[in-house]
Amino acid sequence: MYSVNYHRASSVADAAKLLASEDAKALSGGMTLIPAMKTRLAAPSDLVDLGHIADLKGITVSGKTVTIGAATTHAEVANNAALKQAVPAVAHLASLIGDPHVRHKGTIGGSVANNDPAADYPAALLALGATIVTNKRSVAADEFFTGLFETALEDGEIITSVSITAPDRAGYEKFRNPASRYAIVGVFVAKGPNGVRVAVTGAGDEGVFRSSELESALGGSFTPEAAAGVKVSADNLMSDMHASAEYRASLITVMAKRAVTQANG
Amino acid sequence: MSDVSLVVNGKRVSAAVEDRTLLVHFLRENLGLTGTHVGCDTSQCGACVVHVDGKAVKSCTMLAAQASGSTVTTIEGLAEGADLHPVQAAFKENHGLQCGFCTPGMIMAATDMIARHPEGLDEATVRDELEGNICRCTGYHNIVKAILAASQAMSGKSKAA
Amino acid sequence: MGIEGVGARVARKEDKRFITGAGRYVDDMIVPGMKHAAFVRSPHAHAEIAGIDVKAAQAMPGVHGVLTGRELKADGIGNLICGWMIHSKDGTPMKMGAWSPLAVDRVRYVGDAVVIVVADTKGQARDAAEKVEISYKELPAVTDASKSMDAGAPQIHPEAENNLIFDWDIGNADETAAAFKNAAHVVKLDIVNNRLVPNAMEPRAALGHYDKAEDHYTCWTTSQNPHVARLVMSAFYNVAPENKLRVIAPDVGGGFGSKIYIYPEEIVCLWASKKTGVPVKWVADRTESFLTDAHGRDHHTHAEMAFDKDHNILGLKVETKANLGAYMSLFSSATPTYLYATLLSGQYNIPAIHANVKAIYTNTAPVDAYRGAGRPEATFVMERMMEIAARQFGLSPAELRRKNFVTQFPHQTPVIMCYDAGDYAASLDAAMLAADYAGFPQRKAQAAKAGKLRGIGMSCYIEACGIAPSAAVGSLGAGVGLWESAEVRVNAVGTIEVLTGSHSHGQGHETTFAQLVNERFGVPLDSVSIVHGDTDKVQMGMGTYGSRSGAVGMSAIVKALDKVEAKAKKIAAHLLEADEGDIVIENGTLKVAGTDKNVPWFQMALAAYTAHNLPGGMEPGLKETAFYDPSNFTFPAGCYICEVEVDPDTGMTEIVQFVAADDFGNIINPMIVEGQVHGGIAQGVGQALLEGAFYDASGQLLTASYMDYTMPRASDLPSFQLSTSNTPCPSNPLGIKGCGEAGAIGSPPAVINAITDALGHENLTMPATPQKVWAAARAAKH
Repeated sequence: MYSVNYHRASSVADAAKLLASEDAKALSGGMTLIPAMKTRLAAPSDLVDLGHIADLKGITVSGKTVTIGAATTHAEVANNAALKQAVPAVAHLASLIGDPHVRHKGTIGGSVANNDPAADYPAALLALGATIVTNKRSVAADEFFTGLFETALEDGEIITSVSITAPDRAGYEKFRNPASRYAIVGVFVAKGPNGVRVAVTGAGDEGVFRSSELESALGGSFTPEAAAGVKVSADNLMSDMHASAEYRASLITVMAKRAVTQANG
Repeated sequence: MSDVSLVVNGKRVSAAVEDRTLLVHFLRENLGLTGTHVGCDTSQCGACVVHVDGKAVKSCTMLAAQASGSTVTTIEGLAEGADLHPVQAAFKENHGLQCGFCTPGMIMAATDMIARHPEGLDEATVRDELEGNICRCTGYHNIVKAILAASQAMSGKSKAA
Repeated sequence: MGIEGVGARVARKEDKRFITGAGRYVDDMIVPGMKHAAFVRSPHAHAEIAGIDVKAAQAMPGVHGVLTGRELKADGIGNLICGWMIHSKDGTPMKMGAWSPLAVDRVRYVGDAVVIVVADTKGQARDAAEKVEISYKELPAVTDASKSMDAGAPQIHPEAENNLIFDWDIGNADETAAAFKNAAHVVKLDIVNNRLVPNAMEPRAALGHYDKAEDHYTCWTTSQNPHVARLVMSAFYNVAPENKLRVIAPDVGGGFGSKIYIYPEEIVCLWASKKTGVPVKWVADRTESFLTDAHGRDHHTHAEMAFDKDHNILGLKVETKANLGAYMSLFSSATPTYLYATLLSGQYNIPAIHANVKAIYTNTAPVDAYRGAGRPEATFVMERMMEIAARQFGLSPAELRRKNFVTQFPHQTPVIMCYDAGDYAASLDAAMLAADYAGFPQRKAQAAKAGKLRGIGMSCYIEACGIAPSAAVGSLGAGVGLWESAEVRVNAVGTIEVLTGSHSHGQGHETTFAQLVNERFGVPLDSVSIVHGDTDKVQMGMGTYGSRSGAVGMSAIVKALDKVEAKAKKIAAHLLEADEGDIVIENGTLKVAGTDKNVPWFQMALAAYTAHNLPGGMEPGLKETAFYDPSNFTFPAGCYICEVEVDPDTGMTEIVQFVAADDFGNIINPMIVEGQVHGGIAQGVGQALLEGAFYDASGQLLTASYMDYTMPRASDLPSFQLSTSNTPCPSNPLGIKGCGEAGAIGSPPAVINAITDALGHENLTMPATPQKVWAAARAAKH
């Protein structure tokens, strides 16, 4: 790791001030950033630790509105009783991230801000039409995830929470890369008053995306059979040594089918 | 440089360290607690697992500065007095280790796992929960056996496999 | 057997330090004044070094030295060598290219060490390493052994024309050709045995310390054989004379072969310590391990087997290309020859065999022995062949094997080996019973209802352990003898130290070796210490690999115990005024048989050291040494059965049961033996399903971390069902055959036979990843 200056932010405003310096980076759970720094692939001049800001933590469920603080860990999301009741698919998704130790440190805000193309949360937020709340504004998930490791966040902008409206039904299934255990394909399906939304992570060559084919099939009939009947195009899917685009395309259908089965309980 | 101050294995420790110092290096090099190991660069192998504020984390993926103010337990501080912790005893009795390099992380992960599952553990859950710990010697067979035995010894509960 | 003696499931003595965090590995060692090293490594697979500028690096904070290959050569440090001479079939010696510990003019694989930087901290050493400026002139690279000999392929070493190291054969070509002429059936097979990275969990490390006052060197290193390291570093690399060099391999976190070899880093750290005047420690990070640890396997093989009309094997032809990487590692030439082709008779009566092996340079990491070393490759050829043949003939896989089993011993194969004892049918029967083989069709039907493809596969392996005798291996080209040493020291109070040349890096020697002593003298295990891994304590030894520590290492201890026992009985007889022939040792007491006259063990020991009352002419003390050189290899064998369920939608393979029935000869500690089998199977399953080292065409390693190289995790594996049906080995005093590698040898073909059975076709290469199995299932229209 290159030399770096560590700062512990006491509040969101403090963090924003500290992040003003050039090449400063926000540090939440650090589960992606620190490994990248260890291998010298990331070299921020300053790290601004958001992990001790009480305002960024916690989950509130009020009616159908779920708010998850940005510094809430995956383990906290996976085990939150109210959330498990309101949107069990999100708790389930969180329980599948990394491993128990990673889930104790990694946070939803960190994952969303990083927008790794194989991360799980972006699929949930996109499929649920979530709102990403920052210290400056609120951004709809549809506008937030803009490409590989790219988001609508501006320099110095900090995610403070994520807000979700509970759907009627939702499910998430992923197929892991055998080595890294990140998603090769993860499919989040959600059925709500405004119809069916399906988001796919791990597969798109521009990151998380909505599958119009699956949305229209499942909009007609929210059944595993309907999902199974969709042939997803391999165009615009990633291809690497672990999974070709064709394989990913096939897995999208299979995972969608399983996610719908799960959603339908 | 950062001034870090933690409680490690019940003792308060303070030091000035380079900001880039990882918790694992602080434990090993500043405190001489060399039971916590480094087996990979990508936060996957789990040889470095310690408990920070009661939760298992990978000490290779956390700065010492981040941990300042926390309470840390390492493999050296797991047992009380001369007696082995029940998880340590179960690893020995069930031959849950060979070369011993992954063992401290395994035991710290197992202790955390057992604590998170007061209802008891079954084989599938143990295997699933070992996602973040790699062993090259044992094929996991006896590690799984040891964790199930320890879980039973500690809570008197185990689920049928 | 007593509760701590031979055959007892004794919990390990060494565990206490490992489970409490008190183990001491090389990275845990601190020497006053110690500094940290980082190596600058080649980013190119093949390039000329046009220039090296170290000025900027030298000016970085904390730096004590930035040293290059030219300085190393100027100090007379030698090249790394391969210690086993192989001659090609035309009689010419193998073509070994020069391997400088730090590259001087040319780099030949990604990771080749070029410069060492020594600094106060590891971070500073790395910071400075980035400031070393090396200008490279890139050259074309080749990574695939099947292309490396092509016309126009890049030439890697001037010594080896067309990158061919040797073209070796074994067996009888004419007899084999004649056998094929008479064949009713010929079964053909093309296979790739995938390249693996050993991945001991402790990365390699070295700490070199030159003590100016004493003019003496100490090297702490992650080694499976510290004495061989000392010998080689002295005799070939000119680092230090043997009497001035102490090598210590303390607790070592797994080896699996990869820590047998002497690598550039330990040589360079020792040399750099003298050069910079400070002790120098280097610890690999995981990516350095991936790039530079000796890899394993990497064979391309074509094989043909001839059968008569009744399906008896008539002959076997094998052509193998073995990729040895960019340089010849210490025992790299032995692995694809004498450890591979000599096992191509499998468990079967095969009248004629001919095998040809071409060893080839490529621009990849050096390849050497990895758990099993040659024997997994041979077993994969044989057991895929038998399975495919059975399927082609419409016979049950068990029956075809049974029909061809060797049943009479000793059995001389056409490829050197003389099998001394075994009962292959017993293992096959035990495995089939344990696996409920008969119930498989029902289980398959049940799985089909759930949309899963269920398959079953077997593998009947044989291997050879405890390579020996020394004179024989010497005649085959080995540069060393393969005996083992032991010294048994009985202290004045009766406690015992056993010094052994074997080295434990997970095998539990501190327990099993002590069990031998307990069995013999009744001394409690706590009073027996096993000393190993330090050339200043143990005079000489050959280390631990090839499942040799039981069969060879413990046999040496037995010889030393025999001598101690003889002297102890003489002393006791003198003290008890009895005939030494009447003395027996029971529960820690020397007794006159049939009487109540006795002397406790500790009292006899004290008498040996007070020397007040010893038999006339007897030297005081009680310490004996032995060197044991075996008379033959040992031949563990067994049958493994794997049952899988394949999800055709995802290609995911689940191992639903894995049965191992082994013949290891006599067993000292069944618990430890089972642990060895578990670990071996996990590595074999890893090879079959998960693991593979892959280079791209330019020579970059694509699988250089756990993000891309799949290590077996707990959820990839089932619990294993083990049993043994043992026939004692006749060639060593304990009847031990060895158990360290069997799991890795026997399991890969069982797994692949199971998956191909599930899929209904044979076209599947290792590792059988979900993607490949999905594609294969689609091709088979599942």
